[in-house]
Amino acid sequence: MKKTKMRASRGDRLFVFVNGAVLILLFVLLIYPILFVISASFSAPDMVNAGKVILLPKGFTLDGYRRILQYDEIWLGYANTFFYTFVGTLLNLVFTIPCAYALSRRDLPGRGAIMVVFMFTMYFSGGLIPGYLNIKQLGLLNTRLVLLISGLVSTYNVIVSRTFFASTIPWEMHEAARVDGASDARTFVSIILPLSKPILVVMALYYGVGRWNSYFDAMIYLRDRALYPLQLFLREILIQSQLSKAMLANATDAETALALANQANEANLIKYCVIIVSTVPMLAIYPWLQRFFAKGVMIGSIKG
Amino acid sequence: MGKRLSTGIGRKALERWQLYLMILPALTYLIIFAYKPMYGVLIAFKQYYMKKGVWGSPWVGFDNFERLFNSYWFPIILKNTLTLSLLSLVIGFPVPVLLALMVNEVENTFLKKTFQTVSYAPHFISTVVVCGMVTLFLSPTSGIINQFIAALGGEKVAFLQQPKMFKWIYVISGLWQSSGWSAVIYFAALSGVDKQLLEAAEIDGANRLQRVVHINLPVLVPTIVVLFILQCGSLLNVGYEKTYLLQNDTNLTGAEIISTYVYKMGLEKSDFSFSTATGLFNSVVNCAILITMNALSKKVAKTSLW
Repeated sequence: MKKTKMRASRGDRLFVFVNGAVLILLFVLLIYPILFVISASFSAPDMVNAGKVILLPKGFTLDGYRRILQYDEIWLGYANTFFYTFVGTLLNLVFTIPCAYALSRRDLPGRGAIMVVFMFTMYFSGGLIPGYLNIKQLGLLNTRLVLLISGLVSTYNVIVSRTFFASTIPWEMHEAARVDGASDARTFVSIILPLSKPILVVMALYYGVGRWNSYFDAMIYLRDRALYPLQLFLREILIQSQLSKAMLANATDAETALALANQANEANLIKYCVIIVSTVPMLAIYPWLQRFFAKGVMIGSIKG
Repeated sequence: MGKRLSTGIGRKALERWQLYLMILPALTYLIIFAYKPMYGVLIAFKQYYMKKGVWGSPWVGFDNFERLFNSYWFPIILKNTLTLSLLSLVIGFPVPVLLALMVNEVENTFLKKTFQTVSYAPHFISTVVVCGMVTLFLSPTSGIINQFIAALGGEKVAFLQQPKMFKWIYVISGLWQSSGWSAVIYFAALSGVDKQLLEAAEIDGANRLQRVVHINLPVLVPTIVVLFILQCGSLLNVGYEKTYLLQNDTNLTGAEIISTYVYKMGLEKSDFSFSTATGLFNSVVNCAILITMNALSKKVAKTSLW
C-alpha cells in the first residue's frame, strides 16, 4: 500500500493515540504475570512474600531451581509427557490425515453419510461416566495406552484437514495420477503428502499442545504414579500444595510459627520455579510456528 | 463377484477400496470410543450394577432425573453453569474482535507482530499452570494482587474463598489466557480486506474510525456469526478442567458447575446412573440450544453451520 500524502486529520491522530495507549496497557497486562513469575522464581522467597518484587528479581537465588533438579517426579513426569505428546501426536496424524484426505475425495461413494457419522460426535457424546465405563470394560484403566487413545481423532480436526485437501489440491492432479495408473494409496503417499506440510504442522500443533497441557484424562484413568504426565505432578504441587518433604529444607521440624512461615515461603518459591520449568518448552516453540496459526484457522473457517 | 457389483455404485465403491481403508482406523475409533459409550447412556434410565452390565441392570424410568431436579445442588449448579458461560460469552466474545481490529490499525509491522506473539503466549500455558498462577497471585497472605491492594491502602481479600468472586476470577483469567489466541481467526480474516476500498474511503474523506467500523468490521461479520453459534452450542460446556482446579470447599456454592458435579457424583461417589443422567441433561440442553441458534441464524443472518 502506498504511503498516503494526505495529512492525518486531528480525529485520526486522536484515534491513533487512543488505540496505541490502550494496546500498550493491554500489552503490559498480558505480559506482566509471566514476567512476575520469572522474577519471583529467581528471588529470595521472603522478598516476594513481602511484596518487594515488582518487576526485577530481589535477593537473587537459584535455590528453587536447585531443589527442582533433585525432585525426581518432575523429571519422570517430563519424560512421560514427552512420550505421550510425541507418540500420541504421531498417532493423531496417522488417524486423521489419510482419513481426511479420503473424505475430501468427491468421487468417494457414501462420503456424505460417513461425514454425518463423524459430525454427530461433535454435538453429542455419551458423557463422562459411560466413557469411563467403556475404558474400564476394555481393560485400559491405568495403562499408558489409555492416554494415547483418548482424543485420538478429533472430528473438528478431520474437517479442517479435509477442507485443506479439498481447497488446495487441484482435482486435475487426481485425474493425472489415475491416467498414470497410480492407485489411491500411491497417489496419497507420493503426490498428496509432499504437498501437505502446512496442514501437518497445523494438526501437529493443535493435537500436540492439547496433549502436552491436558491433565483431566490422566487424573481419571491413571492410578500408578510411574505413568503420570507432568501436568498431574504440577497439579499436586501448584493446586494441592503437596510438596514432598525432601523438597523443603526446613520441613522436618517445622514447629515454630516462624519455621512454618518459612516453609510456606519456600513452597511458593518452588511453585514459581515449577511454573517456569514446565512452561518453557511450549513458550520456546510456539513463536517459530506462528506463521502456520493463521493458515490453520483460515482453513478451519472455510465451510467444507 | 456378482453381476450387480460390476456396474454402478457398487463397482465405483470397490474401485475406491483404498480410500475406505484410510477412513477405517478413524471410523473404528469413533465407533468404539464415541458411539459405544452413547449406548452406555441408557444407564441414566437404569439402576446400574457393575456386575449386571448396561443391559442387565433394571430400568427405573426417569427416577434419576427426578432425583437430580429435586436435589439441593441442582439449582446451584445450573445457575453457576449459566452464569459462567454467559459471562464468558458476553465479555469474552467481543474482546478478541476488538483486539484484532485495534492491532490491525498498528502500522509498524514489528510492533504489530510483537503484540500478536505476546498475546498468543498464555494459550500455550497449561490449565494447571494458569490455575496455579491464579492461586499464587490471589493468595490472601502473599499474593501479588493483595500486595498491590495493601500498597494502595486497601484491605486484603481472600478472593478464592468467596463464592461471589469465583465468576470474575474465572472470566478474567479466561480473558488473559485466550483473547489473543481467539483473535487469530479475526487477524486472518482482516488480511483479506480490500486495500483499494480503504484507500477509496480515505479519499472520500472517511476518517480512520469510520473506515474501521464500515469496512473492516463488516468483513468480520460472517466469522463472528459462525463462531457465535458454535459458542452458544456449548453454552453448558463450561471449561470444567479449569473450574475443577479453582474450586475449594469454601467457594463451592459459586464454583460447582454441572460437569464438575457429574465428575464428583460419578467418579468420587460412584453414583454412576445419577451422574450419567446429569451429564445427559447437559448434553440434551446443549443440543437444543445449538439447533435453535442455528435455525435462528439461518433466518436472520443467512449463515449457518449446516
